Amino acid sequence: MQQIVSFIIKYKYFLLFLLLEIIAISFTIQNHSYHNSKFVNSANFLTGGIYKRVNRFKEYGHLKEHNTQLLNENVRLKNLLSQQNRVLSTEANEIIDSTRYFQIYSYTPAKVIDNQYYRKYNYLTIDKGYKQGLSQDQAVVNSKGIIGITKNVSKNYTTVLSILNENSKINARLSNSLHFGTLQWDGKDYNVLQLVDLPIQASIKEGDTLITGGKSVIFPEGIPVGVISGFEVENNNYRFINVKLFNDMSAIGPVNIITNFDKKEILELQQTTTDE
Amino acid sequence: MNSNILQNIILFISLFLIQVVILDNILLFGYINPFLYVLFVIVFPFRKGRGFFLFLCFLLGLLIDFFSNSGGTNAAATLFIGYIRLPLLKTILRKSDIDFLVFNITKQPFLKILSYTSILVLTHSVLIFSLEYFSFADIGIILNRSLLTSIFTIILIMFSIVLLTRKK
Repeated sequence: MQQIVSFIIKYKYFLLFLLLEIIAISFTIQNHSYHNSKFVNSANFLTGGIYKRVNRFKEYGHLKEHNTQLLNENVRLKNLLSQQNRVLSTEANEIIDSTRYFQIYSYTPAKVIDNQYYRKYNYLTIDKGYKQGLSQDQAVVNSKGIIGITKNVSKNYTTVLSILNENSKINARLSNSLHFGTLQWDGKDYNVLQLVDLPIQASIKEGDTLITGGKSVIFPEGIPVGVISGFEVENNNYRFINVKLFNDMSAIGPVNIITNFDKKEILELQQTTTDE
Repeated sequence: MNSNILQNIILFISLFLIQVVILDNILLFGYINPFLYVLFVIVFPFRKGRGFFLFLCFLLGLLIDFFSNSGGTNAAATLFIGYIRLPLLKTILRKSDIDFLVFNITKQPFLKILSYTSILVLTHSVLIFSLEYFSFADIGIILNRSLLTSIFTIILIMFSIVLLTRKK
């Protein structure tokens, strides 16, 4: 007993160091896996508050860019609406079937208050939380394409697992065929992602557009992703396919978070199917 | 003594704020952001009670981690250099015993401070990037980023030490 006590006293700094180091490394390992929810994240009162204040200044640098982006989106949506008017007016005499108007998706606006794109595991922080109806695993997009998936949600802030994250895997397909693959990031260029598992039957060429595939409950189908900027065929397989994003991931301002109202139903159905 | 404690509290808070508000937003050549907060580990007074100092290092690193969503990489690296700084300093100064009450790192010869700083900063960066990438396949990126980050961090820290000592 005496020896144990004297051992602890002799090496107390080393033992303290070891204890804290183990805690720090366990946080790190937790951070590297996709499934664990993290203790150390920037969706909390202190970090969110500071980032929000910093962002008030940073925003000014990109005001013009964000304005043009929003203007373009408005024009596109207005054009869609004006097409809709024509269609509706020809159906004016038909009976309106309410089941056709059930809403599947809803969009929540948010601002990116912190954006990382230079690490291996990148996260964004946005200024909306569960108070505004956000939850884990929701899609985050802007008018130019996909941004990421919500991860940790606090009262007023949310962290977003960026598509520039080793753990991010997103279903994407070609806009001109139904072949799909998985979108990943190799950690090198923050504007270029990699499409893997695309079957060789899908014929691709440089400049082909990629959109989200809608095979998951997170992203709706048809959200723009980017264009194919280069690929290589080896052993009758695609060795790699590089995808240049429409978004500039280093300058992201306003974003939308998509809520899928059918998510629960789809997940429950899939669960019961796999259970059987 | 009291003003000393106050000084260190101010140093802790201001280094932490400078790091998360300014330096994490500055990306030299697209991906280098210097870790100025290591300055805290370098200039914090040497005393017999190392336990509290180790805890402060861990806390500072963890605070930075909270802001950058990086798990515990900064905490682990800062704690490590906090632990090795005393043995390292003894080796560099070739002294077996240091009079902690009057010892001041900024009053040492410039080259000794430089080598002490460089070793700590380099260790810190290598640890951070190894923990972040966590694979042998990325060894090139790890070394490249640690080296470039260290160079800018060392320059910034040496400037800060000069500025801090000038004032007194």
